Amino acid sequence: MGQIYKPGTKLSSTVCKTQIMALRVPNEELDITCGGAPMQVGDPAELGTMGGENAGTLVGKRYTDADETMEFLCTRGGEGTIAIEGYVIDIKAAKKLPSSD
Amino acid sequence: MNIHLLLQMASEAMGHREAIVCGDRRMSFEELGEAAKAVAAKVQPGEKVAYLAEGHPAFPAALFGAALAGTPFVSLNYRLSREQLDAQIARVTPAQFITDTDVTGEGMTVSLPETVMQGELLLGEAPDEDGAVAVELFTSGTTGEPKSAVLRHSNLMAYIFGTVEFMSAGEDEAALLTVPPYHIAGIAAVLSSTYAGRRMVMLPSFTAEGWVALAQKESVTNAFLVPTMLQRIVDASNGSLNLPSLRNIAYGGGKMPRATIEAAMTLLPHVNFTNAYGLTETSATICMLGPDAHREAFASDDPAIKRRLGSAGIPIPSIELQVRNEEGDVCGAEETGLVYVRGDQVSGEYKGLGSQLDSDGWFLTKDRGFVDADGYLFIDGRADDVIVRGGENISPGEIEDVLRSHAEVKDVAAIAVADTEWGEAVGVAIVCPASVDDAELCELVRANLRSSRVPSVIKRMDELPYNETGKLLRRVIRDSFAQ
Repeated sequence: MGQIYKPGTKLSSTVCKTQIMALRVPNEELDITCGGAPMQVGDPAELGTMGGENAGTLVGKRYTDADETMEFLCTRGGEGTIAIEGYVIDIKAAKKLPSSD
Repeated sequence: MNIHLLLQMASEAMGHREAIVCGDRRMSFEELGEAAKAVAAKVQPGEKVAYLAEGHPAFPAALFGAALAGTPFVSLNYRLSREQLDAQIARVTPAQFITDTDVTGEGMTVSLPETVMQGELLLGEAPDEDGAVAVELFTSGTTGEPKSAVLRHSNLMAYIFGTVEFMSAGEDEAALLTVPPYHIAGIAAVLSSTYAGRRMVMLPSFTAEGWVALAQKESVTNAFLVPTMLQRIVDASNGSLNLPSLRNIAYGGGKMPRATIEAAMTLLPHVNFTNAYGLTETSATICMLGPDAHREAFASDDPAIKRRLGSAGIPIPSIELQVRNEEGDVCGAEETGLVYVRGDQVSGEYKGLGSQLDSDGWFLTKDRGFVDADGYLFIDGRADDVIVRGGENISPGEIEDVLRSHAEVKDVAAIAVADTEWGEAVGVAIVCPASVDDAELCELVRANLRSSRVPSVIKRMDELPYNETGKLLRRVIRDSFAQ
């Protein structure tokens, strides 16, 4: 099931509107799910049923694993929760820089 | 990656927010999204999108529309002479030109800024091709033939993701855009403001009075200025400026005179000033001197802290920076050398010349400078401007700083002049009253620096030549000395 992804790849949830883009990913096979179902390249024709407990995703937030070995940008929010290899990934705290332009 | 994603996210998540104000025209992010789709629908296969006009809502629409159509966006300087423009047009075509000037040529399809945003829409997703080019910008060419810098989608997205948080602007925030569309700061402002959800208030042709009036009318909170613009605002203020909404001013694009930033900070004590140092080839800002560092330096009596008002600041988190000497070794603190940078936003690539990055990804900015013990970068000037007198490297900046410290000196530039004995010697072009004689100026340099720095020629000028984005035209000064 797992697949190797590269930065820039966009994945869509198959159970909600969530879409994410890989910013930084390790060069290894990853199992990425949202709402309990595998995510896929391109939007699904119709949405399946969500499984497990879900807190949702927020557009514009970055999500990372506990060790920060990977980073994803949520490009469209939804109701599902994203998990990689079975572990939920969380919102990464934003670094605040002054506005430069 | 594709920069169109920034607008797509903005129009989906905050489509109702006002995106653009230009004259009487107001557009939401949703409407800007539609305008970009209309631009994209007009692009024929093989065409680039070329923008040749002042600031107008069609500028952001064309920048994102080109990305949606999967073709580079090229912005040309509408102030160029007809001859210079024709040469650049030949390097850009075939292209869909967005312009209100009367130019025609082979390979040009022409649309007006007003009409290009109307009509049929291109529906569907933006292409996501690896390594695709987003923007081609001609460098200012202050030293020679302008080069066409290539910025890929991945470079610009790395800059945005490294410096801006999505929707981080409050609904009341508005940025005043005065830098022209053919300048990297103009491109960066559109991308950042869109991603942050900040209203863009456009001022197509800058005057100090016009800037202040528009900032008041639109309750502007953020602005980017080149040093000459800030100086003009200070000059026109008569000692007070009523801009209660203004919170942040970022500046860059040229060396900021100490007197200008100090005067501006005194006039606008509530405003946060940020110096943003960057190049076209680095997708805009790579170092920042933030508001706290400004205030600390301004208030300090310690010369090492005080001088930081003239610093480019510290590298942003996503950028690595090194100063290296002529042997290629990394310089210690306070040691002047050449500035190298590395990071995903650094393109370092020119059309026809390829990538200028070394095998480890480092880009030589061709700026000279040094880093202090705390990591603050000080830019000395362009490596090409160094005066080599009898084998000794002399930085124009150190001579200019000393002369500028004279209360009567309004502006000054030091350049290399041919010298039969030394190969090169110091020439100084200066704006100051005749009552300050050459001997006094020479003595000032001698007392503060070494005798080798004393100018051998001093030329009085009414004003120094700058280009419209505030870059000193040293080439023009050198030519006037040679005559």
